[in-house]
Amino acid sequence: MTVQELPGAAAYRPTPPPAWKPLTDPAPLLPDPEPYRVLGTDAVADADPELLLRLYAELVRGRRYNAQATALTKQGRLAVYPSSTGQEACEIAAALVLEERDWLFPSYRDTLAAVARGLDPVEALTLLRGDRHTGYDPRTHRIAPLCTPLATQLPHAVGLAHAARLKGDDVVALAMVGDGGTSEGDFHEALNFAAVWKAPVVFLVQNNGFAISVPLAKQTAAPSLAHKAVGYGMPGRLVDGNDAAAVHQVLSEAVARARSGGGPTLVEAVTYRMDAHTNADDATRYRGDSEVEAWRDHDPVQLMERELTGRGLLDDEGVEEARAAAERMAAALRERMNADPELDPMDLFTHVYAEQTAQLREQAARLRQELAAENDQHGTEDGGTAR
Amino acid sequence: MTTAAVTAGERTAKAKPATMAQALGRALRDSMAEDPTVHVLGEDVGTLGGVFRITDGLAKEFGDERCTDTPLAEAGILGAAVGMAMYGLRPVVEMQFDAFAYPAFEQLISHVAKMRNRTGGAMPLPITVRVPYGGGIGGVEHHSDSSEAYYMATPGLHVVTPATVEDAYGLLRASIASDDPVVFLEPKRLYWSKADWSPEHPTAVEPIGRAVVRRPGRSATLITYGPSLPVCMEAAQAAVEEGWDLEVVDLRSLVPFDDETVAASVRRTGRAVVVHESTGFGGPGGEIAARITEQCFHHLEAPVLRVAGFDIPYPPPMQERHHLPGVDRVLDAVARLQWEADN
Repeated sequence: MTVQELPGAAAYRPTPPPAWKPLTDPAPLLPDPEPYRVLGTDAVADADPELLLRLYAELVRGRRYNAQATALTKQGRLAVYPSSTGQEACEIAAALVLEERDWLFPSYRDTLAAVARGLDPVEALTLLRGDRHTGYDPRTHRIAPLCTPLATQLPHAVGLAHAARLKGDDVVALAMVGDGGTSEGDFHEALNFAAVWKAPVVFLVQNNGFAISVPLAKQTAAPSLAHKAVGYGMPGRLVDGNDAAAVHQVLSEAVARARSGGGPTLVEAVTYRMDAHTNADDATRYRGDSEVEAWRDHDPVQLMERELTGRGLLDDEGVEEARAAAERMAAALRERMNADPELDPMDLFTHVYAEQTAQLREQAARLRQELAAENDQHGTEDGGTAR
Repeated sequence: MTTAAVTAGERTAKAKPATMAQALGRALRDSMAEDPTVHVLGEDVGTLGGVFRITDGLAKEFGDERCTDTPLAEAGILGAAVGMAMYGLRPVVEMQFDAFAYPAFEQLISHVAKMRNRTGGAMPLPITVRVPYGGGIGGVEHHSDSSEAYYMATPGLHVVTPATVEDAYGLLRASIASDDPVVFLEPKRLYWSKADWSPEHPTAVEPIGRAVVRRPGRSATLITYGPSLPVCMEAAQAAVEEGWDLEVVDLRSLVPFDDETVAASVRRTGRAVVVHESTGFGGPGGEIAARITEQCFHHLEAPVLRVAGFDIPYPPPMQERHHLPGVDRVLDAVARLQWEADN
């Protein structure tokens, strides 16, 4: 480039080299323009039939689990249930790609992923039933508490994965977030930390189209959510979130990359929330039937069933078997959820601090008195009835 | 009553002048040396040694994996610390300046404070959040806030603030060793205060939650903490000329709150003034005054008074001396304690 020097001006000097050196070439980080597919494409020939059958059985169970949990809200057994119907492929794949030593960081919509990872379905539902915030020991199952604030669990996943690597453990953390959550500051900070620290983390964004009622077009101006990865220096991957085989494959590659020291990956799974945000939401206010119908034709359970029956890997009997197993799971869940949980009000004070403060001991004593008085009163009333 | 003040007789020959900043740094160093799970992280804590040099030398001694310069993002720093603690580490986070901690509030309140409770005791988070706080150093805006009331209002957090060199060491050691999260408020205008101290001489590592009587007295109690302790000690000295024999209680821990030491003192003296530099309205003094009134009503000769910063955003540095409670304002409150005579 020729530079025209103005008479009398200081001699031209090139811009000094920056104090930093870019670490990555952006091109390999860019996502494919179209979501990656396996089912119904040539790629399915390489897929393991055993895995496809397993994914199918889990999808059928997952669909039934969502239906049962939604029914439990109508019976007043759950305070609320944010259904993942339509998104089961993401939930199941997220649970199945992880080794036992790995950690899952679910959001409030990801109960199914926790259950598919092996968590007791009732323990997984305590938050939504309203008896306990987290009904399980996260360390036992390596499942972080279901996270209600958006994206705040992502930095936890980064910190945990970083700590594991410092200790020399080849543990991977997989963190789940919705499309709305990608607008939060914690999403940005987590991805930035993960890339800088090369932490073994996989971020799975389930882009289900809506953050409650706000569509993606009002959420972001990015070409895709997967494109956001490039700015942090990690690969972004775009996958069909209703294709369980594709989600499983993309996540497996991301997990393997993380485990081998390659650093984090951002995976955007394009999917659709068939139900409303929760049972308290009215989805007809913000979306039309035709859109929902289009996605009904792209149902994750049907996609897999069509593939397997078409290839002769699954027959009517196999379908029936999967449905019967799902039905047994639902019946058992229904039965167990029909019992009132046993609550000890004194637990309110037990786990605030390692040791109760004097102030909490005082307040606990006050509650104990109130409960005793209540019991006395009930005792008298009952006594009266008995006489 | 607990008296943790080390008497002059106990001091060894080794003790020489040390600053609060040095004692804090030494507490971090000793904690890291003793426990390999202790990790320090924050903006500028590594190569630079922190803007106040509290973490000076730690990265050199323990490596940058134990003392880590993070990206500049407070929510990310504290959020990552949560995950590290979930995996068995004991992170100590530096927030650089009081008002810089605000982006991390959601992590602090929704996760750090609640994880033990949310998981039914299964997953406690032993995180220490070091926050240099308060004014008096000529800092421009966002560098001098006193945020203790926000932290106090959050169940699940301990809130600790030392006022002496000894306590800076002892309380920080205790905070890092605590299985609960601790917001450790460092009065930055006392960073350069000195005492004859060395970590070898008997510094009591007190359990968190005990106040201490720094000066015994009979006519009234000054209840204070952190940056206002030297102000109260000076006021108590000056009050002698007026015939007032003031007792000074240093709270050291705002949560848990040591009702016992405070109430015992006020019962003895019958009069109390709470002194702090954070705002009065909705500030810690209101809570403390209410607790004293509930517990000592029949012993009180006068209403419990508060001497606090004004209810204004922290002023520009050239005006801060008008905002910060000084000796005169404390003495004026003490004069107002002659309630009976005025009525």
